[in-house]
Amino acid sequence: MNHRHTTLRDRARAIAPGLASPALLALAILFLLTCFASLPARAQDYNAALDKFLSDSFPDTEAGIAGVQAVGDPRGVPVIEALLDRRLLVNQAAKAIVYRDRAGATFDARTGEPAAAPDSPTTVRLNNRLRGIAQAALGAMTLLSPDPTRRRQAAEAVFRSRDASALPAIDQALARETLPSVRDALRLARAAIVLTDDATPMADRIAAVDVVSASADRDRIGLLRQVMNRAPAELKPALEAGIAKIENVLKMREIAQTFWFGLSLGSVLLLAAIGLAITFGVMGVINMAHGEMVMIGAYVTFMVQETIRNSAPELFDYSLLISLPLAFFVAGAIGVAIERGIIRFLYGRPLETLLATFGVSLFLQQGVRTIFGPTNREVGAPGFMSGYFEFFGLQITYGRLWIVVFAIFVFAMLLLVLKGTSLGLHMRAVTQNRRMAASMGIRTGFVDAMTFGLGSGIAGIAGVALSQIDNVSPNLGQGYIIDSFMVVVFGGVGNLWGTLVAALSLGVANKLLEPFAGAVLGKILILVLLILFIQKRPRGLFALKGRAVEQ
Amino acid sequence: MSISRRRLLGSAVGGAAILHYGRMGAFAQAPTIKIGILHSLSGTMAISETTLKDVMLMLIEEQNKKGGVLGRRLEAVVADPASNWPLFAEKARELIARDKVAATFGCWTSVSRKSVLPVFKELNNILFYPVQYEGEESERNVFYTGAAPNQQAIPAVDYLMSKDGGEVKRWVLAGTDYVYPRTTNKILEAYLKSKGVADADIMINYTPFGHADWQTIVSSIKTFGAAGKKTAVVSTINGDANVPFYKELGNQGIKATDIPVVAFSVGEEELAGIDTKPLVGHLAAWNYFQSVKNPDNDAFIKAWQAFTKNPKRVTNDPMEAHYIGFNMWVKAVEAAKSVDPDAVIKALPGVKAPNLTGGISEMLPNHHITKPVMIGEVREDGQFDVVWQTKDLVPGDAWSKHLDGSKDLIGDWVTRNCGNWNTKTNTCGS
Repeated sequence: MNHRHTTLRDRARAIAPGLASPALLALAILFLLTCFASLPARAQDYNAALDKFLSDSFPDTEAGIAGVQAVGDPRGVPVIEALLDRRLLVNQAAKAIVYRDRAGATFDARTGEPAAAPDSPTTVRLNNRLRGIAQAALGAMTLLSPDPTRRRQAAEAVFRSRDASALPAIDQALARETLPSVRDALRLARAAIVLTDDATPMADRIAAVDVVSASADRDRIGLLRQVMNRAPAELKPALEAGIAKIENVLKMREIAQTFWFGLSLGSVLLLAAIGLAITFGVMGVINMAHGEMVMIGAYVTFMVQETIRNSAPELFDYSLLISLPLAFFVAGAIGVAIERGIIRFLYGRPLETLLATFGVSLFLQQGVRTIFGPTNREVGAPGFMSGYFEFFGLQITYGRLWIVVFAIFVFAMLLLVLKGTSLGLHMRAVTQNRRMAASMGIRTGFVDAMTFGLGSGIAGIAGVALSQIDNVSPNLGQGYIIDSFMVVVFGGVGNLWGTLVAALSLGVANKLLEPFAGAVLGKILILVLLILFIQKRPRGLFALKGRAVEQ
Repeated sequence: MSISRRRLLGSAVGGAAILHYGRMGAFAQAPTIKIGILHSLSGTMAISETTLKDVMLMLIEEQNKKGGVLGRRLEAVVADPASNWPLFAEKARELIARDKVAATFGCWTSVSRKSVLPVFKELNNILFYPVQYEGEESERNVFYTGAAPNQQAIPAVDYLMSKDGGEVKRWVLAGTDYVYPRTTNKILEAYLKSKGVADADIMINYTPFGHADWQTIVSSIKTFGAAGKKTAVVSTINGDANVPFYKELGNQGIKATDIPVVAFSVGEEELAGIDTKPLVGHLAAWNYFQSVKNPDNDAFIKAWQAFTKNPKRVTNDPMEAHYIGFNMWVKAVEAAKSVDPDAVIKALPGVKAPNLTGGISEMLPNHHITKPVMIGEVREDGQFDVVWQTKDLVPGDAWSKHLDGSKDLIGDWVTRNCGNWNTKTNTCGS
């Protein structure tokens, strides 16, 4: 009912400025009366609006959405929803309009009753403009929904569309609303309409600026700037103050955001480099195949997900957890094989090791390309890693947050292994003084293999995490090898803490430079700075001291 | 024996193998016609180019089933330039000088095309280049079956400026840092300014190849979009960097209804590696989409999926370009009754061949072809819905009309025998 009022009043208001003569006014009243008289025709209007969807052409679909919204029939809500989700099926010849619900059951759009899908149906298509219109229509139709989440979404849709015809419905919803969060959303939507409508009194519009600038985000400042572009002089001071207020908050937030981005990039660098900190840092092997270990970890994740998709889809959220030990063992085993098969013959000959491991890296890349194909493989994000949340206005994506947590966890575990287990003790003994360790009865060959395996295995589990943010393709590893060496050399060879500090500071420095210098120049600047630093301190941030240096 | 030993040696030196697909059969009498395939099967570009090698093998196999060309069997000679630009030139020389191919289908990046150009000129052979590129080139030995900027970038921008495209007023031109995005963005910038877009409403951003950390850039796009004017991103981001870019867009909640992204290098193949749900509504501009309903296209998709033995394998725009190019070459050879490059180069302009979207493409005197331009929207299943397309086929411009240095130039190999004819001074080459 209200929607009928809404549109009529709106229509009347739209006509009003042109109605100078009383004769026209009378005509308008007559028009209104006939409209009220034709209430039984509503079902007909609704059907006529739905018929517009049959042709699946953009102008008709637009008219259809407007028609369904104007009628305001509750049966229209699932139809528009289905339209937005590409679930509205039509068959023009049979004049059938059917929507499918999320579970897959089909319903007749005219009656809302279950119905069979038409033969050879066409899905009604949308483009971005119509999608916006459909969302606004859905918003206007669901402002009074009993479900508070839907009411909030409806208010947000109206905020985005700034559709003046929704104003009475907003007022009605505001009068009823008890939940503060929905009230705020409704108030904001109301303010957006009032601000963009030139016909509202100036005092109301100035008050609306206060409502909009009460809190800061990009949508709000976008609205104020949009109004600013063609605001009358009286409104400008209020708008300027509102924009300045939001800008200040956003600026502060941007600084915090840059640090968060830096931290997150740093943790990716840390993950990529930490395995290398073992193979290169502790053992001194220039391991060019390190990136490929990361890549293998990512492919293990892909295979685990593929198996889960095919046989146990309910386990999908645990796929990364299952991949972690598998990636560790697969990459670790390949690492042990490389060490036993190639590297052990080359200890003490760094150049030959470099060439040999580079060869291994090409070999592994092409092997993966032959088995899995050269194209990207899809690794999905489990539920807990997709989306974002707001933290004091900062947008923090779950995926990045988990990677930061995971990087710190891996670092702590590795530290524990090196400092707290006998294997760690043997590792350090062998790398510090091989002959002395051997005379103490340590099987140095075995320890070498295990150390290399550990470094490779850790690269493998880094691959599990990186599969979430990068391409899973045979080239995955190449992108990380240079960064990894950079981190390990900068941090100081053979020092895990150095790797941590180096990764985080390189990440933050990169992100601080990026907004000014751009991504390309930023990277170059970082490299130049690093080269200058190494000139000054050839052993990196945290150089090893004492006898270990002699090795 | 000695030949095969030399071959072995050659491929060992080159670091890549040359494969021969040769089976003697019904055509045993006449010598085969060799066709070179010069696409990277290893290295960074393998991700895109391997598919093109496969599609060429399929087209050649199908042509042989139809009886070959001029009664002779076609034989594919596959070379792997390994995403290594100088190696492209080396392999091209091998294909032409040693294997005596009649024509070569190959290259993806502009730098690889520029690298083989001197070889094709010197040894006088034919290259079919199937990828959309920055234009500003028209060579006698090269036939460009991909889109020139006026067949992709300009119509895409026009669409975004139209009512249906959302009447975009503010533009982010984001690209990978190399020649194609830089030239395309230069053309677009000149075009946007000619349409009255202010400097402050254009943001240009370049990133390195394989850029993986998009947090800052996506966030700055959001900030740029909060100026109260409709904003869109025109993306010439190429290759591997796209997946993390789109993932970050999804993560930071940039929806197509707020800030649409129109991409020139993202097709069905690229989307196969990502979860497309957050990307629904983002756009791509191409001359072909797999979802176009057309009997020719249906048959092509069916044949491709059967050839690759993968019922989910997708098709894309550069594959269609090879399809058109190959059919044009066959027609030109049949018209010239010879595979001699000079005769075929002469016969090719004016040749018409059906494309897969229901039109008939024609080879133009500037060695570019006519193509329809389509804007597609990403669907949830990783395919595209065509939301807009040009009424007629658009002829490809070798030289952009929107750049100062090139607006007077045309390529005409039929009447003027010149790739950069200046229509103002009526001279060739300036």
